[in-house]
Amino acid sequence: MIEVKNLTKKFDDFVAVDNISFQVKEGEIFAFLGPNGAGKSTTIKMLTTLLAPTTGTMTLNGHDPVREPSAVRRSFGIVFQDPSLDDELTAYENMEFHGVLYDVPDKLRRERIEYLLKFVELWDRRDNLVKEFSGGMKRRLEIARGLLHHPKIFFLDEPTLGLDPQTRNSLWNHLKELNKNEKTTIFFTTHYMEEAERIADRIAIIDHGKIIASGTAEELKQKTNTGSLEDAFLSLTGKSIREESASPNDHMRTMRRAHGH
Amino acid sequence: MKKIYILWLRQIKRYLRSKSRIVGSLAQPLLFLLALGYGFGSVYQKAGEGNYLNFLAPGIIGMSILFTSVFSGMEVIWDRQFGFLKETLVAPMSRFSIMIGRTLGGATVATLQGVLVMLISILFGFHPASWFALLPAVFIMFLTALLFTSLGTMIASFLDDMQGFQLIMNFLVMPLFFLSGALFPLQGLPTALGIIARIDPLSYGIDALRGLLINAGHYGLGMDILVLGAVTLLFLSLGSYFFKKVQI
Ligand SMILES: Nc1ncnc2c1ncn2[C@@H]1O[C@H](COP(=O)(O)OP(=O)(O)OP(=O)(O)O)[C@@H](O)[C@H]1O
Ligand SMILES: [Mg+2]
Repeated sequence: MIEVKNLTKKFDDFVAVDNISFQVKEGEIFAFLGPNGAGKSTTIKMLTTLLAPTTGTMTLNGHDPVREPSAVRRSFGIVFQDPSLDDELTAYENMEFHGVLYDVPDKLRRERIEYLLKFVELWDRRDNLVKEFSGGMKRRLEIARGLLHHPKIFFLDEPTLGLDPQTRNSLWNHLKELNKNEKTTIFFTTHYMEEAERIADRIAIIDHGKIIASGTAEELKQKTNTGSLEDAFLSLTGKSIREESASPNDHMRTMRRAHGH
Repeated sequence: MKKIYILWLRQIKRYLRSKSRIVGSLAQPLLFLLALGYGFGSVYQKAGEGNYLNFLAPGIIGMSILFTSVFSGMEVIWDRQFGFLKETLVAPMSRFSIMIGRTLGGATVATLQGVLVMLISILFGFHPASWFALLPAVFIMFLTALLFTSLGTMIASFLDDMQGFQLIMNFLVMPLFFLSGALFPLQGLPTALGIIARIDPLSYGIDALRGLLINAGHYGLGMDILVLGAVTLLFLSLGSYFFKKVQI
């Protein structure tokens, strides 16, 4: 479903993604793990047509994001790591906007919006402007919006960041069901190792732009002779904390976080 | 079609919700109209040119359309910084439709603003030559708004953040306004200024408004519409060309 060969992305001289290759099969749940700044989001941006790769090839559902962006955009849905809601619209309007852009038919759209807003417990707040929401409420709305249409491939970039355990749990249950019933391929990143261990069929670990290991959680543990995925991860990526060479966007991100948005 | 409509609707909703923006962007035209209109009124009259406020009002309408349009177009930068742009860019619709939806929305907002300024001018003593001219005047406003919204979107495609905004205001928008004949008649200008005014697309928008509202056009309505239409098409295609290249 997803094929990546020798993919590289450079920002000026800095190599963010360094010659990576991997495959994700149809109906598979694939976790992409790595320390901060490893290149996870950059890879997702290239796969989802937001960023042009420096070199290398990719296909999604048989289409090339560079040459056939429209066909690719019809195949996937995404929950971004960074905020992507319109603060000046209400929760309902944000959902409606998404549903229309993704051609969800009127009746189905109304039903799903109601179902999903109830699912993330925002139905009572549906007519409030998003700018009045707390950080966690915004995150829940983004998740609900991401689930509004049913794509072949789902990208989730740290979907559970800032969510309470209840919402996290029901989100994964929902996604597992989608995966089972509609054979949705799921590609996600997370910093919660137990989440990856529990949910993912296969895992790739990326560090400094390179994929350093991949396989099932079991295989990774065996390979490193460790008892948990967390230990396997640490043994593969080392214990030092990564300092990020922050881009302007990252600054914005941190500022917004710091101000509690 | 429905996707373009929802993009358009979003701009309208955002505009109607920001009361402070509406009021704020009415204050400046009003200031120009009153200070200049009443201030230069007697000098203008003595020079045998008639009522300056009447002459000025279409220029001020043009000004508010220019400012609002360029700003609306540049809202793309805002959307990029606050992350919403990603949501539209990965959606299954062409960049061209996104650009069209946004531009139509921004142009509608700017036209509303122009109409508001026109009504306020009438309140302060502006006399259109004929009330029937108001409707075609709104059409001209929309065309002008379309032109400058596409220009704004085009500029926004090059800029990463709002830091370039001040630069654009001082080196593009202000000259477009002051050199357009918004404040002075196009007849009998020094050659250099006359040529510059001819290159400035805003001149044609304001000239068409004057032709319709006070029967005092200079280039002729046909010429005005031709130039406005052609430049709008040019900016729309350039704008969508550059917008296609936007990366996050
Ligand atoms: N637009 C950009 N310009 C320059 N450098 C960038 C840009 N975007 C990302 N980078 C850099 O590329 C590297 C990889 O970033 P990326 O966002 O892919 O990391 P990540 O694995 O998603 O990390 P995190 O877990 O913190 O989300 C980082 O060092 C980052 O600073
Ligand atoms: Mg990331």
